[in-house]
Amino acid sequence: MIGIRHFSALPFSEREALRYLGYRGVQADGETLSALESVRAEAERALLPAVCWTETDVVRAGNALTVGTVTTESGGLRRNLRSCARAYVFAATVGVGIDRLLVRYGRTDALKCALLQAVGATYVEALCDAFCDWLAERTDGYLRPRFSPGYGDLSLETQRDIFRLLTPEKRIGVTLNASLLMSPSKSVTAIVGISPTPCSVAKRCADCENATCEYRDEL
Amino acid sequence: MKETILTAIERGAFFLDGGFGTMLQERGLAAGELPERWNVSHAEAVEEIHAAYLSAGANAITTNTFGANLLHYGREELRQVVSAALGCARRAVERAGRGYVVFDVGPCGRLLKPYGDLGFEDAVSLFAETVKLVGDRADAILIETMNDSYETKAAVLAAKENSDLPVFVTNVYGKDGKLMTGADIPAMTALLEGLRVNAIGMNCSLGSGHMAELVPKMVAYSSLPVIVQPNAGLPREENGRTVFDEDEEVFAHNLARCLKSGARILGGCCGTTPEHIRRAVGLCKPLSALPVKEKRITLASSYSRALEIGDAPVLIGERLNPTGKKRLRAALTDGDTEYVLGEALRQAEQGAQALDVNVGVPGLDEVRTLADTALAIQTVTELPLQLDSSSPAALERAMRLYNGKPLVNSVNGKRESMDAIFPLVQKYGGVLVCLTLDESGIPDTAEGRLAIAEKIAREAEKYGIAKKDLLFDPLAMAVSADASAPKTTLDALTLIGERLGAHTVLGVSNVSFGLPNREAIASAFYALALDRGLSAAILNPASAEMKKSYLGYLALTGRDANCARYIAFAETLTTSVTSQAAQKETKEDDSLRGAIVSGRTEHAARAAEELLKTRSPLELIDGEIVPALDEVGKGFEEKRVYLPRLLMSAEAAKAAFSRIKDHLARTGGDETKKCTVVLATVKGDVHDIGKNIVKALLENYSFDVIDLGKDVPPERVAEAVVDSGAPVLGLSALMTTTVPAMEETIALVRKVAPQCRIIVGGAVLTEEYANKIGADAYGKDAMASVRYCERVYGGKV
Repeated sequence: MIGIRHFSALPFSEREALRYLGYRGVQADGETLSALESVRAEAERALLPAVCWTETDVVRAGNALTVGTVTTESGGLRRNLRSCARAYVFAATVGVGIDRLLVRYGRTDALKCALLQAVGATYVEALCDAFCDWLAERTDGYLRPRFSPGYGDLSLETQRDIFRLLTPEKRIGVTLNASLLMSPSKSVTAIVGISPTPCSVAKRCADCENATCEYRDEL
Repeated sequence: MKETILTAIERGAFFLDGGFGTMLQERGLAAGELPERWNVSHAEAVEEIHAAYLSAGANAITTNTFGANLLHYGREELRQVVSAALGCARRAVERAGRGYVVFDVGPCGRLLKPYGDLGFEDAVSLFAETVKLVGDRADAILIETMNDSYETKAAVLAAKENSDLPVFVTNVYGKDGKLMTGADIPAMTALLEGLRVNAIGMNCSLGSGHMAELVPKMVAYSSLPVIVQPNAGLPREENGRTVFDEDEEVFAHNLARCLKSGARILGGCCGTTPEHIRRAVGLCKPLSALPVKEKRITLASSYSRALEIGDAPVLIGERLNPTGKKRLRAALTDGDTEYVLGEALRQAEQGAQALDVNVGVPGLDEVRTLADTALAIQTVTELPLQLDSSSPAALERAMRLYNGKPLVNSVNGKRESMDAIFPLVQKYGGVLVCLTLDESGIPDTAEGRLAIAEKIAREAEKYGIAKKDLLFDPLAMAVSADASAPKTTLDALTLIGERLGAHTVLGVSNVSFGLPNREAIASAFYALALDRGLSAAILNPASAEMKKSYLGYLALTGRDANCARYIAFAETLTTSVTSQAAQKETKEDDSLRGAIVSGRTEHAARAAEELLKTRSPLELIDGEIVPALDEVGKGFEEKRVYLPRLLMSAEAAKAAFSRIKDHLARTGGDETKKCTVVLATVKGDVHDIGKNIVKALLENYSFDVIDLGKDVPPERVAEAVVDSGAPVLGLSALMTTTVPAMEETIALVRKVAPQCRIIVGGAVLTEEYANKIGADAYGKDAMASVRYCERVYGGKV
């Protein structure tokens, strides 16, 4: 079965948004912060957060790993799902309202557009966090950090398999473009392993090999 | 012979079937398996489900073709699954000896541009390929579960252009009563009635209880039969099985509620079963459906909201018309969309409720430009647009691509005009401005103008265009030329309102041609026209004089509760004087350079305006703007300044430039540009923020930027480089998957324009990678791109 959850409000981390804007360990000035806040408030009114998800078996055969309809040889995902017999697969979006604002400001206000990109990314991450918290509560076991197509060696092609499994187009309006990107743009698909033991890696990014990534979360 | 499905619906409550996907899953359809394949591989199972719904009492069954399109199937397999689906349904109907077959069309699975990557015409073609396979093997087409108004329009056009079957449409509304892409019930009703579908409604998403609450609103607006197909509530898991939280009893009870509120075509969506339908049919049988009534509500719409033209007079902004406006004319000719969008946003802020869009500049390709401009405006404002052109071809393309039901300006009483324009409104929908003139000119009397209005209304009726969709314009003429002209116009307003019972519109300011202080007398005329019942006026919403007439009228005729709008407006009249004084005080200590460095947009604009009184544009650019941008840019390169501040400065500089452009348009001077730079995000890539930042900065450094947008095929890039002779090309890509497209673009440009320097940028690129794919330079950030273009311009590269 494919479950659907709608969220009415999401927390917002200003620190996270600033990180997307390139501030790392630097204090932003008051004007930047107030511009960010006004864009955040506008974005908040445009949010329509929704998630569709399912729970499925994790099957291993040689180097191949199958999670629902997703079959891959990704070493990253295999490491992530070590000792997991079951996993959740989900698609989450904050809705097309943010894209409408992005297109609008993309044509009229470069500053607001850049701030919105950061705000939208922050909100969709917050949605994923909130959803995974909810999953954790209903789960008899421990959740692994979520793993998305495009992370490490998990190919973007995996998106097609995830879309076949969840059909998020008709459930929450998330569609896959020809270039394997999603519309609305502030959407995420991910696999979350269910492990019998607590996970050694508590935080996202820590498990990623791209140590020079500009957006790496150091905490 | 069996009566048609439409006749059957006229007769009373009509039942469709319920969920299909859940029924297939019960019979073994696996997760991720394409359900339409079962039409071929498990035809008996599909037929059995149809039969179960018919025996439950459904009047019609829908084919198992929700996802049958060329995005999911190859051409041959598509033909097979559609044909097999129709076969299953037809056999079930034959066996039952009753029932209609409705061909099911679901959303295509891709979001349309500009929020997704599928073009509107591509979507129309995609749906058309499926519809063409139906032939006469179904009784109607049901376009269902549509989340997006624009995709809905594409599907309806495909159905109407490729089939003569009746078309039914259901959309997915959330609890807020809106589609995922924003349209509310009045907006969708306007759009779909305009497109001449046969029944409209809602399905999926909500359970029957929530949907029953939305039905009265749709019935209040719709002149068509209303369809309701709710889910059986929300899915949840119980002992490893999917169950829905509304049982058959609750569902049937709520469908009966929908019927009592005026819905007529009833059925179910996800999670509903033949048992749900059986209960609902049983409960509804003793009830009779309410009559479907023609609603005399005049609605134009955008992608999200409808504008009702009725009791309260409507303001239509006139500023997007190049006649007599040098700056707009130049912007349209140069493709300066940003200026056009700025005008649209200003009018929206000033209280316009719809915007007239006219791009009639001699020598300009109006067919392309009107549609492009209208679509661009739709990306920045929710206001409905009034498409304004004397070219039927330009109107047709714009009406087709417009997301919503537009106002259309205009038709007149000439045979040629009516023959050209009415078919467009009949096909695409619209609220049509009708000028009361014909082959013999403009009648001198109010009765003469009424007679033309009556003629137009009669002719419109032949096309099925109701009077509610006509706005008659009895033509305001210059009082300076004929003292009796305004009275004739005003009398005609009264006659058209009272005798024809139709709405009216005027281009108010025409009355003041040839007189000094035109606004003063035009606003007096506007007040008189409002008193005669004028429904809509095309005017400049920035005009305080017009606003005085408008808001004064609303307050004086009981259309402004507690005079609240008037009071709010009156307060702006006094504060604008004080704020001007305040501006004077602060002006002295703000140099233009300082304003740009600190990113204060309004200060920068004012400072530029002040300086232009004594200094040349070039002095401003070289002496103030560029040094300011350099200062901030250097800070950015040295990581002292972060992206938001860089962009604040860019916006401030842009505001200053805008004043310089205004100044040049007034004085007839030319802007000095450095050289042309072509920018594009490569094919397959839809990220354009980086490219947009580069564009903003380059423009501030006086480069002439041709921005091709995102997802641009190599051929278009090459063509633009060759046509413009640009010495620099900037390409952006964000994803590893689109870097090959970048390489391909570079190779093509090298072939056709070897002299052009190419700089590339984007998150996945590195200096090394840029070299590898054959670029001349790598722009690690926006400033680096500017520096490179400066070097190319200076002949240093």
